[in-house]
Amino acid sequence: MSLPISLVSTESPMTTRREFLLLAAASLAAPAANAQVDPNLAASRKAAFQAALRKIVGDAKVQRGRVKLQLPPLIDNGNSVPLSVAVESPMTDADHVKAIHILTEKNPLPDVVSVRLSPRAGRASLATRVRLADTQTVTAIAQMSDGSFWSDSAEVVVTLSACLEEGLI
Amino acid sequence: MARAVVTLPAQAKRGEIIEIKTLAAHPMETGFRRTQLGELIPRDIIRRFTCTYNGTEVCRVDLHPAMSANPLIAFTTVATESGTLSFQWVGDNGYTVTEIASIRVE
Repeated sequence: MSLPISLVSTESPMTTRREFLLLAAASLAAPAANAQVDPNLAASRKAAFQAALRKIVGDAKVQRGRVKLQLPPLIDNGNSVPLSVAVESPMTDADHVKAIHILTEKNPLPDVVSVRLSPRAGRASLATRVRLADTQTVTAIAQMSDGSFWSDSAEVVVTLSACLEEGLI
Repeated sequence: MARAVVTLPAQAKRGEIIEIKTLAAHPMETGFRRTQLGELIPRDIIRRFTCTYNGTEVCRVDLHPAMSANPLIAFTTVATESGTLSFQWVGDNGYTVTEIASIRVE
């Protein structure tokens, strides 16, 4: 490697600081090029969310209400976010919640968790901890025994995303 | 290595709704993370959690990579009769953990 400034001796067998920095920059650039963010990522995530939603509800209409989804509005660490969901339901044999699904818009996979319930649950509620990859909307969908679907969603701001260096929008 | 913790009341009144909290020790590796050399770390998660009350299934949960490490699952059930509750976690790479707790119903 020839250097334009003669201050650095080219005969030196030692790696100069300048050469080292150039090498280091080159080795860093190679994997960074592989980890390029897909320009259609936002669209593909949206499509994945819609597909996951369709898989759960089919052609049924999702109504807002009856479900209460609770998440902290501002999240320091997306790796462990406390989430609780409760559905208004008498939980009798005739009228109960069959399942609760949690979906996200911008995680690499839209599904988070699905719970199957029966009247034996007594109350339709769930508390857990989830990972969130980005500032986004989290949706909870409750499937009732009469075949109807109810939902609630919560907007959350995530400052440190869950272990993902790439793929953020 | 595989451990799990279950918290529930030791006794309850008949018909009372009790809250059960479960915690399993598991890294819940998402399959999206990379090592420093750029290789993908393979997915290793718990796929399913089930709770049975005297042999009857009362709760079944499907877990996905977006669940935090050491997944917490808290749910409710009606205390119908004295007996045992069995909790089972099943996951990738042959992960299976079963916990048993007993409850006295008056």
